[in-house]
Amino acid sequence: MPQSLDYLKETASQTAGPYVHIGLIPKQAGFDIFENNFTNQLVGPKTRGEKIRIEGKVYDGTGTPLRDVLVEVWQANSEGRYNHPADTQAKKLDPDFRGWGRAGSDFKTGTYEFHTIKPGPVPGRGGKTMAPHVSFWIVARGINIGLQTRMYFSDEEEANAKDPVLNLIEQEKRRQTLIARREEKGGEVVYHFDIHIQGEQETVFLDV
Amino acid sequence: MDRQSEASLRGVTPTLLSNAPNEWKGELFHRDRSIHPPGYTPGYKTSVTRSPTKALLSLQNSLSEVTGPIFNHNELGPLDNDLIRNYAKTGDPIGQRIIVHGRVLDESGRGVPNTLLEFWQANAGGRYRHKNDTYTAPIDPNFGGCGRTLTDENGFYHFRTIKPGPYPWRNYANDWRPAHIHFSLFGASFGQRLITQMYFEGDPLIATCPIVATIPDKDAIDRLIAAYDARATVPIDTRAYKFDFVLRGRRSTLFENKLEGN
Ligand SMILES: [Fe+2]
Repeated sequence: MPQSLDYLKETASQTAGPYVHIGLIPKQAGFDIFENNFTNQLVGPKTRGEKIRIEGKVYDGTGTPLRDVLVEVWQANSEGRYNHPADTQAKKLDPDFRGWGRAGSDFKTGTYEFHTIKPGPVPGRGGKTMAPHVSFWIVARGINIGLQTRMYFSDEEEANAKDPVLNLIEQEKRRQTLIARREEKGGEVVYHFDIHIQGEQETVFLDV
Repeated sequence: MDRQSEASLRGVTPTLLSNAPNEWKGELFHRDRSIHPPGYTPGYKTSVTRSPTKALLSLQNSLSEVTGPIFNHNELGPLDNDLIRNYAKTGDPIGQRIIVHGRVLDESGRGVPNTLLEFWQANAGGRYRHKNDTYTAPIDPNFGGCGRTLTDENGFYHFRTIKPGPYPWRNYANDWRPAHIHFSLFGASFGQRLITQMYFEGDPLIATCPIVATIPDKDAIDRLIAAYDARATVPIDTRAYKFDFVLRGRRSTLFENKLEGN
């Protein structure tokens, strides 16, 4: 017998359940407990970049929006640098932008939203550039392990066409499930990004 | 959002960035999905329409997956890890006083420092402080049911709480959840993000729970059960349970493709 590989095994995932709000966004559960709360507001007055709102719904296999889903986003800043030590690019960090937020969908309508900025492009593997995108992580009752995906931007057609991750998706029409639709209304820039867990329009989910 | 959080929640302290451990820069081991529940588990009925039917697209890590949010001690309050006191209004909450403690490790056995743990649970009667919980057991006026803490430089964590009660839920007609605490963990990369539940040694409801049974691997289930830890008990005051977490590991940086290309 050779020596055993003494790696540990990852802790198994379990559903976030119906009451995930208590732990992660207690105000939505209906009470106030922490002085600092993590929210869907990623930007402050001094954050650099184009201010945008991301809005959408997460649908189940029957086409019904999940009204108890929790969504988190992670993204680079407006220049395309992540606020993390693994990103050693020379681009400037933005002291007013962490790049992370979380939102619960509305208990009545199922709509979630984030207030953020449009990220810049970031380097991918092998010297390729990835089009601007936001990473998503989705948990809820009935979801046994968090679903990961990415949101790209409809006004970045040229960059999207060259994006190494979008190009990994074999069926071209499924690439569209990751592209948010830009709309400008009343001076506000809104990107609509619906996620379909199952069915005809099923979103491409990632095993990262 | 209140004023204090405005500054701290969005930024990351420069000292933390420059002191970050070198191993935070490596790619993650790919996830061994055989120990995790699949999406579609008909015994847990809600999963039937909330599970993807198409294969996940496997990606090699890029910067988008190895990076992730970093949190600071000054974002947390002094009572955030004490559920006995963090919502107490007129006295202590009802129930068995316990300490939960342990370590957050990665698959290589290294402690994961400075990582955020958030936790939530029902009160001693099995009732959640949540708009949508209608179980007949009463709300405890002195118990909120959530907390959070950061691991120390070696990955250790601890918090104090009340042992949660089991509660009924609508799945099959007479399903009861074993007593459990929900946990959310970050690690140092968005690709390590994990949500799970911790159960208590000796609980007969673990064996019959459809949510526990979504996990296909018996050993992986056993690893979700906290051990009663008499050594960590505070005599005449609080009992203790020990529970370790394991997040995805990272490749060493010995001979590695550079993530950012050449
Ligand atoms: Fe629960």
